[in-house]
Parts: sequence; C-alpha cells; structure tokens
Amino acid sequence: MATTAHPEPATQQGQPSYHDVTRDIAATLGNPGRGYFILMAFVLTVLAAGIIALLVQIRYGLGEAGYEPPVMWGVYITSFVFWVGIAHSGTLISAILYLFRSAWRTAVYRTAEAMTVFAVMTAGLFPLIHIGRIWYFYWLIPYPNQRGLWVNFKSPLLWDVFAVSTYFTVSATFLFVGLVPDIAAVRDHVTGWRKKLYRITGLGWRGTDQQWRHFGKAYLYLAALATPLVLSVHSVVSWDFAMSIVPGWHETIFAPYFVAGAIYSGVAMVVTLLVPMRKAFKLERYIRLEHFDNLAKLMLLTGMIVGYSYVVEWFMAWYSGNAVERASAFYRQFGSYWWGAWTMNICNCLLPLFLWFKKVRNSIPALFVLSLFVNLGMWMERFIIIVSSLAHEYEPYWMHHYTPSWVDWTILAGSFAWFFMWFLLFAKNFPTVSIVEVKEIIPFPRKERARA
Amino acid sequence: MKRHTGGILAAYQHEDSVISAILSLKEKGYKGFTVYTPAPNHAVAEAIGHKVSWVRIWTLCGGLTGVTLGFLMTVWMSLDYPIVVGGKVIPSLIPYVVIAFELTILCGALATVAGLLFNIIVTRKAAAYDPRFTDDRIGLFVPCPAERRSAVQQLLESSGAEEVRVEA
Repeated sequence: MATTAHPEPATQQGQPSYHDVTRDIAATLGNPGRGYFILMAFVLTVLAAGIIALLVQIRYGLGEAGYEPPVMWGVYITSFVFWVGIAHSGTLISAILYLFRSAWRTAVYRTAEAMTVFAVMTAGLFPLIHIGRIWYFYWLIPYPNQRGLWVNFKSPLLWDVFAVSTYFTVSATFLFVGLVPDIAAVRDHVTGWRKKLYRITGLGWRGTDQQWRHFGKAYLYLAALATPLVLSVHSVVSWDFAMSIVPGWHETIFAPYFVAGAIYSGVAMVVTLLVPMRKAFKLERYIRLEHFDNLAKLMLLTGMIVGYSYVVEWFMAWYSGNAVERASAFYRQFGSYWWGAWTMNICNCLLPLFLWFKKVRNSIPALFVLSLFVNLGMWMERFIIIVSSLAHEYEPYWMHHYTPSWVDWTILAGSFAWFFMWFLLFAKNFPTVSIVEVKEIIPFPRKERARA
Repeated sequence: MKRHTGGILAAYQHEDSVISAILSLKEKGYKGFTVYTPAPNHAVAEAIGHKVSWVRIWTLCGGLTGVTLGFLMTVWMSLDYPIVVGGKVIPSLIPYVVIAFELTILCGALATVAGLLFNIIVTRKAAAYDPRFTDDRIGLFVPCPAERRSAVQQLLESSGAEEVRVEA
C-alpha cells in the first residue's frame, strides 16, 4: 500500500468532494415521505378530472370545448404552444450552454432537460385532443394506405408533426444518454429494489476510458444536433400561424419572436421547479444563488426580446398601412380580450424589469413569484395571439367572441397534473442533479498542489 | 460480461499518481489496460492518448441519410399523390427543407446513439471492477499473466496507488 496523507481526498475550500456529490445526490432518491404521496394524490386527482373532461368531449364532440366559427383554435392550441415553449429552455440549458462550455449549467441542466421531455409529452397530447376524433391521429403520419393518399408536406401542420416528434425523440434520447453514467454511480451506492432498476437502466456503465472516449464525442454531437433543433421547433410552431393570412398572425417576425418567448417561459418554469425541489432535496450546496442569478439574467434577456417583439408588432401593424392589420392590433389591446392582453403585457414586459436589480435576482422568493407571473403571462400571450386574431379577421359578420368552457379549463389543469406526475416520478427515482457533470467541474485531487 | 484473464487492479485517489502510472505502463509496453474514472477526466484521457472516437462518422452518416431520405420521401410522395393548387409546383423543394431538416437531426441523433453503443461494445475489454470507481476513486486494471504480476504490482504501488490487489 502506498502512503497517503489523508484517508479521504481533500478538496479546495468548501467545495464538495466527489464522494459528497455521490452521497448527497443519491440521498435525494429513496423512499418518499408523506408529503410526496399527498402531492402525488392531488396531482392524480386533477389528472383524473382532466381525463373525465376529455371523455365528455369525446362523447359529445368539440362543441364542448367552446369552439364556434370562426374561432376553431382555442385553449388546446394555446396550451400546445405553451408546453412546447416550456420545453425549449431545457434544451437551451442542456445543449446550447454545453456547447458554450458554461460551467454553471451543470447543477441545473438535468432538471431542465427532464422538464423538456415531460413538457413535450404534455404538448403532444393537445393536437390529439384538438382534432376531436382522437382515434384518427395516425392520419397525420405518412403511411402507405389502400386509398393511395399521402399527407400534404406543404402544410405547416405537417412540419409541426415532424418537428415535435423529432424534438421528443431527440430530447428523450439526450436525457437518457446523459443519465446513464449517473445511474451507474447511484447503482453502486444504493441497496434494495432500486439497485435492480439501476442495474438494468445503467446498461452496464463502468466509466472506463473507452466508454468516456465515445461518450464524450456522442454527447457533444447530440448537443450540436439539439441546438439547431430547438431553434427550428418553435419556428415551425410559429409558422403554423405565420403561414396563414390571418391578420395578427401573418408576420415575418414570428419565428424569432416565438423562440425567444419559448425560452423565456421555459426558464421561468425551470425556476418554478427548482425552488421547491432544492428545498425539499436540501440541494442548497449544489444549486446556489449564482445559478438562480444566471437563470434570472436569461429570463431578463429573453423577456426583453419578447417585450421588443410586442412593440415591433404594434409598429408593423401601424407601418403596414393596412386597415385590417391595424384593426386587429387595436382589437388585441383594447377589444373584448383586453384583460388577456394587459395580463400578458404586464407579466411579460413590466414585471421582469425588476430583474435588473441584483437584490431581486438573489432573492429566491421574489424569483419564484416572478416566475409564476411569467408562466401566466406567457400562456396568456399564446391565448391572445391565437384567439384574438381568429375572433377578429376581415369581415365584421365573421367576428365572434370565444369563451373557453369548463372542459377547456379542466383539460388544461389536467395537463399540468400530467406534467407534474411525470416530474414527481422522475425526481424520486433518478438523479435530478447530474452527478457526473457536477464532479466534472470539481478538480480531481492531486498529490502535488503546486500546479496552478 | 466476459470473465477477464486475471491481472492487477489498483485504486487511486490522486489524478497525478494515476497519470504517472499510465505513462510508465505505456513506456514499458503494456497494452490493453483499463482506466476507470468517476467523471470524464481530460488529464487522464490525454495520458492514455486514444484516437478521436469514431462516433462522429456515425453522426455524419446518419445526418446525410436523414437529409436524403427527407427530400426523397417528400418529393416522391407528392408526385405519387399530387395535390394541385393553382398551378403551383407539385414537388416544391422549399417547404420540404423543413421536413428534410428535421429528419437530418432525427437520423443524426439516432445514429449517434447507435454509434455510441456500437463503439462501446466493440472496444469493450474484460476487466476487474470496483464500485468505488463510479464514486471518488480512479481505477486501473492491468491484465497480465501470473509471471509478470509482481512487476506490475510493484510499478502500481510505487506510482502512489491507494490500494493494489491481484485479481485472478
């Protein structure tokens, strides 16, 4: 045996050692307490209510959703755009910040990435709910059939099918690939039935030099593929609107505007999830104020882009000189949906301005409250863009006020329950903070300390 | 996993000790040893000196397959079932860029994962293991026949290994 100075490898001041990281993050798994089951029971109850509302709609038809011509896109499409948007910041944090080698992402990216996958899973339900006859959803996919039909690839709705399903596949793959070394670390640390689960899902990972060699490259290329993907997905979603000739939708600014909004709402959702999770799992040592500070700065940046886009929209409506376009823009702010428009203006443009102050960025309660407002504001933004534009097109006889029904609201609540159900299941069974990546930014102990 | 043929397994708690062990093993001509690290470690990887992983070729091939497939599929399907709108081009390439782009990413990502699995399986070596290697120790396994064991053991111990044991 060689002689060593310390039984445990010493690390720099205050930094957790490799063993601390494994132990602390493995401690977040294990048998949940009473609070978890109460929360889960609540979530499942709401989900059940959503499923009942969906069954009512399937039985009696889409009229139950409050659809009346000309407003045939309502809460479902709003929620679809909202949830796809939520997904975006996860990929931003996990892939784009990975390519930029930003070290702070390591503590928060796993939560964000899991959120991405579950948000896309939630988003994917809405087009199916919206088509009414759910059992024909496969008509969206090009498959050989006896009638010799193929789908219309010139339709943005078809692009959406490809974009969202690719997004789901790639982000789920990316999440799982990143998880494997972490699962191996907890596999070697836990006992009981979970050990069996991790032995299977860990795919025999041992952290050999060959494994890391291929893993490093594969992860890099997955990140490099996910980066343009994330920008394309919300652009494609925005083209669902922008490719039509509805006033208020037919705008060239839509793709960047939607991408910025998506990342904005997603970062807000990351903050909403991280604040209670950090408290419950006692992860204050890993998810620190500086992480929230950086997330808040991201929120501020994207929030300003969103605010700027709103102003450009008004400008474009005025500058176009088109009476219909101007009327639509005026109706959006001061028409029968004024309450929604001003909720969105205040929540998305005014309130985030508080983030200029370091005091607000470093106050967890303030950030949590702000993130809830941004979530509300961003849902409202999609509702206003979709509904107020459809309710006020070209001809006055073809204008109509749409009010969501109880079925809409219950299914929306159910979608939140569906999302949180997956997130709760994930948080207790898989590491929500990446063990490997947190270790990677801690220098491995050296015998000779002189090297700077 | 295949059973290994026997050798020496060492656990290290210092990065520089394992690097010096790897360098002297390489110098003495030992091959086929396995290094375990709890997280990707660039200094250790540099000492081992592997070539760049083949995974990137898989990514490239997957991406190229995706883009080809995307254009072929959309063009063929629109010729097979033409939707005639106001005399516009039937296989119109511009909107199909979106589909081709998404399929590039999809096939590229799936090929990357397939390449990752394939390359890991191909370069897999039978080696002794210890659960501490995913926690906070760097592991080094040197497969060697019985007559060379004492020499390897001595080399690893002098390099500063925390623990060295013979794995039969």
